[in-house]
Amino acid sequence: MAHQTQAKTFEVERIRKDFPILNREVNGYPLVYFDNAATSQTPQQVIDAIADYYSNYNANIHRGVHSLSQEATDKYEQARIKIQQHFNAGKAHEIIFTSGTTHGINLVASGFSGFLKEGDEVIVSAMEHHSNIVPWQMLCERTGAKLKVIPMDQKGELIYAEFEKLLSAKARLVFVNHVSNALGTVNPIKDIIQKSHAVGAAVLVDGAQAAPHIKADVQDLDVDFYVVSAHKMCGPTGVGILYGKEEWLEKLPPYQGGGEMIATVSFEGTTYAGLPHKFEAGTPNICGGIAFGAALDYMNGLGFDEIAAYEHELLEYATRKLKEIEGMKIYGEAAEKTAVISFNIEGLHPYDIGTLLDKMGIAVRTGHHCAQPVMDFFKIPGTVRASFSFYNTFEEIGRFVEGVKKAKMMLQ
Amino acid sequence: MTIQEKQQEVIEEFSMFDDWMQRYEYMIELGKSLPLIDEKYKIDENLIKGCQSKVWVHAELEGDKLVFTADSDAIITKGIVAILIRVFSHQPPAEIIDADTAFIDEIGLKEHLSPTRANGLVSMIKQLKMYAVAYQTQLN
Repeated sequence: MAHQTQAKTFEVERIRKDFPILNREVNGYPLVYFDNAATSQTPQQVIDAIADYYSNYNANIHRGVHSLSQEATDKYEQARIKIQQHFNAGKAHEIIFTSGTTHGINLVASGFSGFLKEGDEVIVSAMEHHSNIVPWQMLCERTGAKLKVIPMDQKGELIYAEFEKLLSAKARLVFVNHVSNALGTVNPIKDIIQKSHAVGAAVLVDGAQAAPHIKADVQDLDVDFYVVSAHKMCGPTGVGILYGKEEWLEKLPPYQGGGEMIATVSFEGTTYAGLPHKFEAGTPNICGGIAFGAALDYMNGLGFDEIAAYEHELLEYATRKLKEIEGMKIYGEAAEKTAVISFNIEGLHPYDIGTLLDKMGIAVRTGHHCAQPVMDFFKIPGTVRASFSFYNTFEEIGRFVEGVKKAKMMLQ
Repeated sequence: MTIQEKQQEVIEEFSMFDDWMQRYEYMIELGKSLPLIDEKYKIDENLIKGCQSKVWVHAELEGDKLVFTADSDAIITKGIVAILIRVFSHQPPAEIIDADTAFIDEIGLKEHLSPTRANGLVSMIKQLKMYAVAYQTQLN
C-alpha cells in the first residue's frame, strides 16, 4: 500500500521487499523492528554489493600491480567519492574511513592531546552518547584541560543561553551530537558551530544518529569534524567515516602506525603519507567501505527529504497513540526530533516491557542507551526506546501500541 | 524436599501452560509473591552486576541450611529470582553447589539462560553458588 505523504507517495510496501530480514518471524510473530537507532537493516542492494565484492574482486588495495587489486582500489576510492558527495565535503581526502563513529571520535581526541594545555576548556553537551564523553574525559586527564557541560531542559533540548555562557577564549573544542540517540532531539548545530568558531573553538559533531535521517552538508555547516557509522544507515557494521577539514587533518598527528599510512620508513625515522592515508593504517575494511557507498546510493535513491517526511508521520502517529496509554511518560519532546520515542510507563520497569514486547516479535531497546547522564537527569534507570525507519509502517506501530498495552495489562 | 524434587515440582507447574503468555503471567505472579529482602541488605555489595534490572541477593545460614532472600526492580526478573530461590533456598550448601540448572530449559525459560542476556540469570545462579561455597567453607 502506498502511503501519501506531504512530500510524495512513499511506497513503503515496495521498499520493504528490498529488506529480506523483514520477512522473518520472531517468537512466532512477524518481526516488527523498532531498534533502528541501534542498527538499521540491510537492503538486498547492499547485500549484493558485499557478495559481489567477495565473489568477484576481493583483493588488497592501493599497492597491488595486478588487476583485481586495481579493481578493488577503484571501487573503494569511488565509494570515498560517493561519501564525499553525499556529505558535500570539498575534497575526497577529507573523508577518512574508520571502523565507525567511536573510532572517528577517538582519532580526533587523541590528536588533540598535543594541542591542549592546562586551563583550556572543552565543552560537551549533556545528551551525549558515552562514546562522545569518555574519549574527551580521557583527553582532559592527559592534558589538564577542563570538561564543561551544556545543560538541557525537561523537554530534552539544550539550554542555548547556558552554552553561550560557557564560550570563552579558553574554549578550544566543542563536541555535540547532531541528534541525541536517547531522546531523538535535533540540536541546532549550525548555530553552535558559528558561535564556537567566533571564540576560536573547533567543533566535532557526532552525526551517528542524524545520518540516517538528515543529509548533512559539512561545508554549509562549516563543521570541523563530522563522524558517522555506516550500520545506522543501511550499511554494514565495522565501517564509518570521519570528515575533517583539510587544515585540521593536516595538523593532527597520525592515530595509528602501520602499513598504508607511511611515505618512507627507515629505522632512523618515518615520513607519513598524505591525506587520507595518514589516518588509514593497515588494510582497511575494503568491502565495508564499498558497501557503505552502495547504502548511500540506496538511500539517496529513495530521497532523504522523502524519508524524513515519511518518518516524521510515523513519529507523530506513534507519539499520539502512545500518549493515549495511561501512565505514559515520553522523554524527549523537543520541537525538532527524529523518529525516536523514549518512554516509560508509571510503575513499570523498561526491562519488563521490552521483554514482553520481544515475546510478541517486537524489537525495541531498553536500558540507559549508553547515555547514563541523560537517565540521571530524568532520575530514571532507563527507558524503552522505539526508533523507526523508512521501512516501518503504520500497521507495525499499531501492533507495537497494542503490544505495549498488553504488556502493561500483564505487568500491573 | 531436595533441590531435585523442588525442580520437578516447578517443571510440573509450568507444564500446565500452553503458551508464553500464561508462563509469563505466572512468573509475574511469582515475582509479586517473592519474599522480600530486608531493606538493610539492599546495598551495593549485594547487587548482582551485569543486570539491566537490579537484583539484590542476601544469604544467611539457618542451622546447616542456606536461606536466600532477594529483590529486583523489574518484575519478570523478580519472577525468575523467585523460582531460583524456591529451588535453592533452605538447602544445605553442598547440595546447592552440586545442583544443575537444566530445569530452567525445561520450563521454557531457556532464552534467559544465555550468558549475554541482560537480566543476568547466569550471574544470579553463579552468585547463589558462590554464597554456597562461602558458607560451606564456614560449616567445615
